[in-house]
Amino acid sequence: MPKIELIPIFALIFNTIHRIFMNHYETVFILNPVLSEEQIKETVKKYEDFLVSRGAKMVAKEDWGLKKLAYPIQNKKSGFYHLFEYTVDGEVIDPLEVEFRRDERFMRYLTVKLDKHAIAWAEKRRTRNKQNA
Amino acid sequence: MSSIEQQAKGKKDGEIRYLTPLNIDTSKTKKYCRFQKSGIKYVDYKDPDWLLGFVNEQGKILPRRLTGTSLKYQRKVSVAIKRARHLALMPYVADLLK
Repeated sequence: MPKIELIPIFALIFNTIHRIFMNHYETVFILNPVLSEEQIKETVKKYEDFLVSRGAKMVAKEDWGLKKLAYPIQNKKSGFYHLFEYTVDGEVIDPLEVEFRRDERFMRYLTVKLDKHAIAWAEKRRTRNKQNA
Repeated sequence: MSSIEQQAKGKKDGEIRYLTPLNIDTSKTKKYCRFQKSGIKYVDYKDPDWLLGFVNEQGKILPRRLTGTSLKYQRKVSVAIKRARHLALMPYVADLLK
């Protein structure tokens, strides 16, 4: 049996293991509107690195920009919305949220596990956004 | 029970008499679940404009009996609205929302 054929088999096994143990998550967070653009980039980068360093696979990143809030949070009427979509082991979510809570730059966050319908919708939404852009 | 026509003609005693039969026609269009009809499987909390259709002027979630949503999707709608509220995409309390 030639050795070359083994590589795709290993890749397949790895991918199935990844799919079984890794969950698909989506995190939306609101950053303080007082921050400068550079500070925001830095924060987003920090948490992206945090996820990637713990074995996350980023699926999508979205920047909704400065949005008006429906009600004031911490006496502020607007905030920078960001969205991460990624697959990661469920044990990483808790330390991530602890970091969010400690960080003063965060006003709100929400992490949601996506089921198969949600993943399908997320993909549809992404292609739609691309067409509009 | 006597029918309205009978009452109008006054055939039965002791009942209220109406000069003309009352118009008690209700709307014939049946309510339906818009998720099952259009095949939507996931209710997205990131789209507050669309969720506005399931909420009254004060920002309260409308009951199933008014919107016609099936139980399965009403649960999903209510979760989606609550998530949207948490992220300040929708208000918890409001007036003149629409």
